[in-house]
Amino acid sequence: MEDLGEKFFQVVIALAIFAAIIGLIMLLVDRAPKSFRDKATIIGFLAPAAVLLAIGLVGPAVLTAFLAFTDRNGDPNGLDNFVWMFTQPEALVTLRNTVLWVILVPLLSTAVGLAYAVFIDRARGEKGLKALVFMPMAISMVGAGVIWRFMYAYRGAEQEQIGLLNQILVWTGSEPKQFLLDAPENTFFLIAVMIWIQTGFAMVILSAAIKGIPNEIVEAARLDGASAWQQFRNITIPSIRGALIVVITTITIGTLKVFDIVRTMTAGNFETSVIANEMYTQAFRANEPGRGAALALVLFLMVLPIVVYNARQLKMQREIR
Amino acid sequence: MSAIPADASAATAVATEDAIETGRPEPMARRVRQRLTSRGATAAAIIIATIWTIPTFGLFISSFRPEDSIQNSGWWNFLGDFQFTLENYGDVLASGRSSSPNLGQYFLNSLAIVIPGTIFPLVLASMAAYIFAWGRFRGKDTLFIFVFALQIVPLQMALIPLLSLFINLKIGEFQLLPAGTYAQLWIAHTIFALPLAIFLLHNFISEIPGEVIEAARVDGAGHATIFWRIILPLSVPAIASFGIFQFLWVWNDLLVALVFSGGTADVAPITQRLAELTGTRGNEWHRLTAGAFVSMIIPLAVFFGLQRYFVRGLLAGGLKG
Repeated sequence: MEDLGEKFFQVVIALAIFAAIIGLIMLLVDRAPKSFRDKATIIGFLAPAAVLLAIGLVGPAVLTAFLAFTDRNGDPNGLDNFVWMFTQPEALVTLRNTVLWVILVPLLSTAVGLAYAVFIDRARGEKGLKALVFMPMAISMVGAGVIWRFMYAYRGAEQEQIGLLNQILVWTGSEPKQFLLDAPENTFFLIAVMIWIQTGFAMVILSAAIKGIPNEIVEAARLDGASAWQQFRNITIPSIRGALIVVITTITIGTLKVFDIVRTMTAGNFETSVIANEMYTQAFRANEPGRGAALALVLFLMVLPIVVYNARQLKMQREIR
Repeated sequence: MSAIPADASAATAVATEDAIETGRPEPMARRVRQRLTSRGATAAAIIIATIWTIPTFGLFISSFRPEDSIQNSGWWNFLGDFQFTLENYGDVLASGRSSSPNLGQYFLNSLAIVIPGTIFPLVLASMAAYIFAWGRFRGKDTLFIFVFALQIVPLQMALIPLLSLFINLKIGEFQLLPAGTYAQLWIAHTIFALPLAIFLLHNFISEIPGEVIEAARVDGAGHATIFWRIILPLSVPAIASFGIFQFLWVWNDLLVALVFSGGTADVAPITQRLAELTGTRGNEWHRLTAGAFVSMIIPLAVFFGLQRYFVRGLLAGGLKG
């Protein structure tokens, strides 16, 4: 275990260097001449984050935007990468899959999460019931990939099944199925994994929103003889509209960037690739950084409207203050 | 937060209401219908909770079954032929066998990556958030919204340029951030965490009463003192909840690790190793099941131990964003 010592040492050194840098900034800010002190503070406190964001996000984003218009040797090739993306059959499959993911995951995880939040609201053991559905949020997508590959595990019809879903098929008298290999439905089985992960997130947020609905409104509806469904449609849904939008946008953004699930379960083979995975494959495996960058750019454009909307909301909030 | 007492009183209000209702003669149909819907809701909730739990449960059971049993019978038979072994865990963590995945090593790597990977962004983001909340300079709001919007740059877009930047960052012949060390991973994780961290911490820090800060300033405290003695201690709830997020996020990450770790046993985290195993030895279920659980232990412990803060953090991010 001499390894342990060395790893520990690296971490301690890193923390020490970091503490020294921060300490130095604090010292300089406090010792600055009085007239300049406020400015020095602003610069000193913002600079580390600003520099990191500039070199780590802003710069690379701009560079990638240029890279998207070059070939594998770095020479400009106009729109070739985008033409490839929208004409090659396998690239088109990637786009189709991404669209499927982005529609199904937010919709279904929000629907199931909302239903569950309503069903268990004020039930006995609510906390424990919540934790069960929420737990997949804490598991890595790689771990979730292993869990679900095991659920989908396939054995020939003459053998004993070890995957639960195939066993259920056998019990009901059908042939076992290659869940992850048979295109095009295999994409749906991957999507199910993401829904399994995201439902907990939707449920927690929506449950908090439901608890925030003023009791008098619910009571009034009850006295008027509204049925459970009417209460849900006419009171619950409108009251939690804000939270619903937040949940759907957050899950949508997360789904657009999904990578680990596809990577661990099929590595993007058998027509299951999505943009985020294809981008990695093109840039780091197929030695086509231009195509990778083009895919990243498309991803960015897909997310852009959502962020513009959120940034607008934020600006309005700040102006009201 | 304030939702808890409000909710408790709401629950008692409902309880008394119900007591009154049952004491009063009521149309039979209405009572029956209400009981039915609530019974249906309970059943539906139990079904959802079961579906959401079974996959993890099956993997957990399997990880304690001998290799032979895993390969030849479904885990749901575990009560019928009850066998219990810890061999799978011994095998994946550290064993003399050359075929062992040696996850122990990678587990330590994950720890070594996650500690600085959580502390660095928290400190830097708190500093920036303090300035965005309480500093005074022109263009502050615009800059803040810009930082918020950076969340939208997909990781994938930043990876290639950031990697080449790390490689080219030299002083003479000396490489500042050599490949095959943790440094690249720490910095990458820090950068990618900053936009959200700054945004969330800013929301919290800006709610600190201005009089507290004004009073300290009148007493002659400088910005550095105010930040360390007042802002940080008062922001502990927000820092804790974002810290948990960042911890889980870094621990569960695969993409950043794939790009910056080089994949060696010296640096690569456990998620990367596990993903590799599913690719190359996807049918060695005795190893995969135990391995997946080793990778989940820390996040699950964090999740169940600190669930309250975790949920609080979600709500702060979800409802305000």
